[in-house]
Amino acid sequence: MGKEHVDMNTPVIEMRNIVKRFGDFTANDGINLTVHKGEIHAILGENGAGKSTLMNQLYGLIKPTSGDIIVRGQKIEMNNPRDAIAAGIGMVHQHFMLIQPFTVTENIVLGTEPVSGIKLDMVKARQNVLEISERYGLSIDPDARIEDISVGMQQRVEILKALYRGADILILDEPTSSLTPQEILELIQIMHKLTEDGKSIILITHKLKEIKESADFCTIIRLGKYIGTVDVDTVTESDLANMMVGRNVTFKVDKPDMEPGEVVLEVKGLHAKDYRGVEILKGLNLTVRRNEIVGIAGIDGNGQTELVEIITGLKKATAGEVLVNGVNVCNKTPHFGFEHGVSSIPADRQKHGLVLAHSVEDNLILQNYKKNPYAKKGILQRSPIYSHAQEAVAKFDIRPGGSEKRPAGTLSGGNQQKVIIAREVYNDKDLLIAVNPTRGLDVGAIEYVHGYLVGQRNKGKAILLVSFELDEIMSLSDIIDVIFDGRIVSRVPGKEADEKTLGLMMAGGGKA
Amino acid sequence: MTDVINSLGILLFATLAYGTPLIYASLGSCFSEVSGVVNIGIEGMMTAGAFTGTVVAYFTGSPWIGFLCGGLAGMLFGALHALATVRLGADQTIAGTAINMLGPGVVIMIARVLFDSTDTIPLTTEQRMPRLLAGVFDTGTTFGRFMDNVFSTYASTYLVFVAVIIVWFVFYKTRFGLRMRACGEHPEACETLGINVLKTRFLCVCLSGFLSGLGGACVTMAISNQFRPISIVGQGFIAIAAVIFGKFRPHGALVGCLLFGFCSGLKTVLGGSSGIDTQLISMIPYVVTVLVLILFVGKSRVPSANGKPFIKAR
Amino acid sequence: MKKKRSVIEIISTVRFLHILLAIILGFAVGALFLTVMGISVGDAYGKLLDSVTTVKGISYVIVYATPYVMTGLSVAFSFKTGVFNIGAEGQFVVGSMAAAVTGILLKALPKPVLIPLCFIAAMAAGALWGIIVGILKTKWGINEVLAMIMFNWIAFYLSNYIAGLPGIKNTGTAEATQSLTENARTLLSKETISRLGLAPTANWGILVAVAAMILVWFIIEKTTLGYELKAVGSNRFAAEYGGIGVNRSILTALAISGALAGLGGALHLMGMGNRISIFSAQEGFGFGGIVVALIGCSNPFGALAAGLFYGALTYGGSKLNLVGAPTQLTSVIIGTVVFFIAISVIFERLGGGIRARRNAAAREDKQKREAQKTPPEAAPGGAPDQEKKEGEAK
Repeated sequence: MGKEHVDMNTPVIEMRNIVKRFGDFTANDGINLTVHKGEIHAILGENGAGKSTLMNQLYGLIKPTSGDIIVRGQKIEMNNPRDAIAAGIGMVHQHFMLIQPFTVTENIVLGTEPVSGIKLDMVKARQNVLEISERYGLSIDPDARIEDISVGMQQRVEILKALYRGADILILDEPTSSLTPQEILELIQIMHKLTEDGKSIILITHKLKEIKESADFCTIIRLGKYIGTVDVDTVTESDLANMMVGRNVTFKVDKPDMEPGEVVLEVKGLHAKDYRGVEILKGLNLTVRRNEIVGIAGIDGNGQTELVEIITGLKKATAGEVLVNGVNVCNKTPHFGFEHGVSSIPADRQKHGLVLAHSVEDNLILQNYKKNPYAKKGILQRSPIYSHAQEAVAKFDIRPGGSEKRPAGTLSGGNQQKVIIAREVYNDKDLLIAVNPTRGLDVGAIEYVHGYLVGQRNKGKAILLVSFELDEIMSLSDIIDVIFDGRIVSRVPGKEADEKTLGLMMAGGGKA
Repeated sequence: MTDVINSLGILLFATLAYGTPLIYASLGSCFSEVSGVVNIGIEGMMTAGAFTGTVVAYFTGSPWIGFLCGGLAGMLFGALHALATVRLGADQTIAGTAINMLGPGVVIMIARVLFDSTDTIPLTTEQRMPRLLAGVFDTGTTFGRFMDNVFSTYASTYLVFVAVIIVWFVFYKTRFGLRMRACGEHPEACETLGINVLKTRFLCVCLSGFLSGLGGACVTMAISNQFRPISIVGQGFIAIAAVIFGKFRPHGALVGCLLFGFCSGLKTVLGGSSGIDTQLISMIPYVVTVLVLILFVGKSRVPSANGKPFIKAR
Repeated sequence: MKKKRSVIEIISTVRFLHILLAIILGFAVGALFLTVMGISVGDAYGKLLDSVTTVKGISYVIVYATPYVMTGLSVAFSFKTGVFNIGAEGQFVVGSMAAAVTGILLKALPKPVLIPLCFIAAMAAGALWGIIVGILKTKWGINEVLAMIMFNWIAFYLSNYIAGLPGIKNTGTAEATQSLTENARTLLSKETISRLGLAPTANWGILVAVAAMILVWFIIEKTTLGYELKAVGSNRFAAEYGGIGVNRSILTALAISGALAGLGGALHLMGMGNRISIFSAQEGFGFGGIVVALIGCSNPFGALAAGLFYGALTYGGSKLNLVGAPTQLTSVIIGTVVFFIAISVIFERLGGGIRARRNAAAREDKQKREAQKTPPEAAPGGAPDQEKKEGEAK
């Protein structure tokens, strides 16, 4: 990729020897970063490496312990985001900073609202928003409420928010984490268009492919330390990976070929409505067999959430059947499904997977707290519960921070996920549903989770994998089912799948 | 017919009389809740306002200075609540409970000292809220009596409707209103846009104290014309209920308060004459509120960040 | 620096120390008010202390404390199960009235039958009051705080109404129910009272409260029911995912909470109260219960201790005007205590922050060490123990 837009003589951002300590913990330990005009500069690092901390300092959300921030040759003290905004810096956070019940216009102008007298001038605001969206070719509906628009649209609103404030340096924090391949392509196009206009972009990510596809330079951070800055054109993906993790990483999951066994899960003609009463599942069919991982690929909002909620008993279907080993578990309770062979690793481990205030040992018996030996006649039996927890902790390498009696909320994300996996493996059900099982985990934990999913498959379980990480789906699944608009539109053997056709089908492009 | 019109007049008068303090307090509650701070200390702030308003009017002879000071006294407790919840990140329910104990405790203690161990402070007509249109209507005719009942009500009642319009305007038509609502939904987002969440919330909680104080002052300066330790018995909680009822919108809360005032008015009109036990009649406002909730209102969408302390990273 | 940090950490971990600190500050603020009013702090606090440290005083404190311990337990239980039972007031009132009606209508029954009947009636009434709100919440999604405030008043007027009914109402001039007969009272025998020099209303209600406390503790800590209720209370989504019936749990929690408050009403009536008056304002036992639960850290044993503290201040406070100090001083003290408990989160945050950072640092250390090692490959067999062995082998 050429670097014709990059003006190497004009550094717009220089961060010099940035150190940020939180008490005893050093989140950033002497980090350097230089970004030039018109450049897309990636910052690569694992979860928890200190990328977001670094950017939050550039955006004035937190202050560096030491080190200098220089914007266009001038040293700037960033006390709050106002200073950053004034210096022409805009940030799009990974978790969107949007007010759900407000309109697009309201969200974009919030903080710099046009007024006439003491009254908000919403007519002018709307005009301004339309103008800027046209100027950058980012079309949006200014009157739509955020809660009603798609994730990709919400991201546009976030970018427009920064542009509206006159930002010419944009920080994008993990911008692709919930986008489809097509939306990612669009985003990359938008980014290039912006750099052509002379804007600079800092892209925080842990996805190597995107860096190769879009960035000019890449700065790598590991465990808070500055590892180096490289010209993206001169390195390979695996070079980047090794710099990020500090050792050789194999992304391939070792998965022996297996002959699938009998059908465990059979979903027939499933219909359901979403929380607004709009039909979201429109006659979905699906089968998963023993010794088989079926991956559901699709854009968020095409019914995968509802599908999982119905199988696990959290949601009612309006029509159809969910057979698990031949028993219809549809429109029963979560407990009924559990008793008939359904177990799951939920998408949101803190919301659905764990009672964070409860101890690790209590979380390990979540579905079984009433059963012998953990309870007798309604009385909890502490000693079997404790020894079960000790066993699980040892077997699954959970690090509960000293004691199995500590609240699950005090564990790291990876360890929380291990608690859930341990519980579900012990539950030993025929069907395991895993939804975004590696979201927010670092590379080591991801390898661990993938290993277990494959291991369970090898032991004869049927596994339904729902993930927004297409790479994850492609590397783990024996069969890939593409979901679009409430139906499975295509079924591809995992080995034959390629990203481009999958992406097309996910966007409703029909059969390949 | 005359009787009906008379009763209707009295009913409307009572609706406004009961409703007015509630409306002030619920406007206050709206500010606090919508900016993201649960304020169950409204009751304590009302008591402070009721007492201070009465005492100041008693000593200055001016109901208006009294009324204003009532608001300021409520604001003082509002500031205390804001200090605890906004600046120090305290549990909002606990802090509100503390305000509810401190408000009455402090003022009644002061009353006992000021008024020599009696805690009832009576007001003369001049010290009370004026009735602006008193004597304008000919009370000799049925129609005149009706008009007199409805329109020669206290100045504080006229004022409260102005206040509703102002608050509605502030909420939905001003920069401050937009930002305040944003703070109650997503404070982190506000912070990234350079909006000072803590300052905004602090101000909103203070405003909620001020309006609650005015509401309290209405009770003692317009309706009962004296301060007693039991002047404020539960109005603060009813005001909060009206806000939930009105889905955290000032105009919704107004409807809730008027409904409540109306049912309380029914109690006055029906009491004695209807043969129904007064205790059962007194229950009407509460039963009706529950029924209306079941039949018409249902779920109230609470502002997303309501009740969650916002703690700034350093 | 090191030392200062550890002090904060100690205070942050030991809840009891927060409370103690808050209580000391409460009395300090009270002293400030007294000084401003020109009343001797020594006189006032001396009177307070004197009045609650005699045998008679202690018996009064216990009598005063009993209903607050019960409503405190009720609110504490509700906090543990994720509901804010601001409705303990109404549950207390209907419980009290149910006990009164039972005691008056069935006064012919012998004491060992009548007293348990009164208790059961009170608990049933309180539970019903809780369940009604629970149904409004689970079936129609009505905010429980709003509904409870309404039902507190409905209970209040209902009680007033029943107190005025013929057959229940006092036959004399008093605006109250008939007095309970000896059969329905929990008073200690006259001999005991006079021999020990106790308060004339000294009763064994506190023993019931202590039993209730132990039961509440047992339910919360030791039973599957407690497991369910706590799970629903702290994360209803995970509880639902885990197969727990959320709505049923909410109803159960509110029923138990209501029964506790209702029983409190019965204990108050059958001990100290004797009869129920037609009131013009709520008595505030439920509200007091919220305060007691907060001071008691939502813990059943804490509720007992805090209830006694509350009872002591209420009783002692009633003697304050003997030294020219207003009784409201106690509200100021208690209000201040609660206020400081509210802001004591600062300690937790300071301490928690220190701990979190220490943990993070430890994690980082560990990560570094692990980064040196090669992690276990995905095990082909995938059995957990197998992978463990592989990991160890490397």
